[in-house]
Order: sequence, then C-alpha cells, then structure tokens
Amino acid sequence: MARIVGLWFILFAVWLLLSGHWDSALLVGFGLGSCTLTVYIASRMDVADHEGVPIYWIGRFLLYLPWLLKEILVANINVAKVILSPKLPISPIMVVFRSTQKSDLGRVLYANSITLTPGTITTGVEGDQLEIHALTRKDVDGREEDEMDRRVSIVEGAS
Amino acid sequence: MVWDVLSWIFILGGLFFIVVGGVGVLRFPDVYTRLHAAGMTDTMGAGLVLIGLSFQSGLSFESGGWLITVRLLMIWAFLLFTSPIATHALARAALHGKVEPIRGDVEGGDS
Repeated sequence: MARIVGLWFILFAVWLLLSGHWDSALLVGFGLGSCTLTVYIASRMDVADHEGVPIYWIGRFLLYLPWLLKEILVANINVAKVILSPKLPISPIMVVFRSTQKSDLGRVLYANSITLTPGTITTGVEGDQLEIHALTRKDVDGREEDEMDRRVSIVEGAS
Repeated sequence: MVWDVLSWIFILGGLFFIVVGGVGVLRFPDVYTRLHAAGMTDTMGAGLVLIGLSFQSGLSFESGGWLITVRLLMIWAFLLFTSPIATHALARAALHGKVEPIRGDVEGGDS
C-alpha cells in the first residue's frame, strides 16, 4: 500500500513539474485523474512491487549518488587522458567479478554503476558473477570496484 | 554575470568531453573499446552541458526558471539510468554476434 501511494505521489510530482500547470483546476484535475489511472493499471499489472517502486531505497540512493558522481568524474578524466595520449596506451581485458548484493535490483544498480564509469562495461550477469570488459588493466585492479560493491550493498540495505 | 561565466565554463567543459569521446570512437580499435569512449559523451559530456544550461535558467520563482532547471535535472537523471543499459545492450549484442574483443596490449600500449 505504501508503494502504491508513494508511486502516486511521485507520478503527480513529475506531472506537475513537467507540465508547470498549478493554477488551472481543470488541467490539474486531468493530471490527478491520469496519475490515478496509471497507478491503477500498474497495480493490476503487479509492477508496483519492490523492483518497480523501490521507495525505501531512495534516501540511501541519494547518499550513494555523490560518491558515484565523483567516481564518474575521475574515470572520465582517466579515459580522456588515454584517448588524448599519442601512444593510445590501452590493454583491454575481460574479467569476472563477484557481487555481494542479495537482490536482483541491487545487482542491476551495481552493474549499471560499473557501466556508468567509463573504462569499465558490464557485458554479462549470471547469478552473482559479473563479466566486465575494461579498457586498461588498471581500471579493474579491484579497489574501486570493491568499494562500489560495498556501497551498493549499503544502498540495498536489509529490506 | 558570474553565472554566465560559470555556465560557459561548464558548457565548454562538456563540449570538450564530447569531442574527446568522438576522437576516442575514431581512435580505438574495436567495438568494446569504442563503447568506453562513447560512454564518456553521455555521462560527462551531457552532464556538464546540462549543468551549464541550468545555470542559464537559474532558480528564480517569478520567471519560472526553476521549472526549467528541474526539467534539465530530470533529463540528466533519465540519462543516468538509460545510457548504461544502452551501452550494456550494445556490448551484449556484440558478444552474442561472436565479435571477439581485442585483449592485451595494443599499438605499443603500456605493459
């Protein structure tokens, strides 16, 4: 129930921000109606579950985001240096990492975080094994990835 | 004025990363390494350009600029969720099509 109500509020907030109509009662009424219809259809389709609407993760995810952005910045500068260096010092490598997340959604978050940082791409997930393609051997020395794995597990929490 | 200068710095920074990403796509040898370069344009490139644009729209309530800023941030958030999935799908499709990734040192890279 909390998920359904949470989904409704998120949808309506997005509707208000994207439309910018605050004053016209008719238009806001249509917005309320379409949000309610969408939530009704979503609950009939059983997609408003812990994967579709992870409202309990939002707070911890927002705490994780600044660290992820810092990692993206650092990785981007590293890849830019590789591209601009005349020797093009790359040593592509495929490695397999083990993820410690318990849920599928946690693994998705970890795999997406790895892909978002340039220099590493998740090419496959099987069980808790993540297959990763890296631009240089240095990109997968394991330190950043272990740290990321730990932080994503915190986002996942006990729920 | 200060915001204009900041906005210029961020937009030019974003353009720099987009151009470098394009150069990388041309210079790297195979599909997988090129994906790394393409990933730069939609994380840093688009991110910095959007931050620079949001300095232009500002946070003023009267002119409605804050709504545009919120929309720019939403574009950025959607990019943050969708671009790794597109990258992953491309890499997966290439692996599925039996494109062998180049491994090891290439073109006199570091050892």
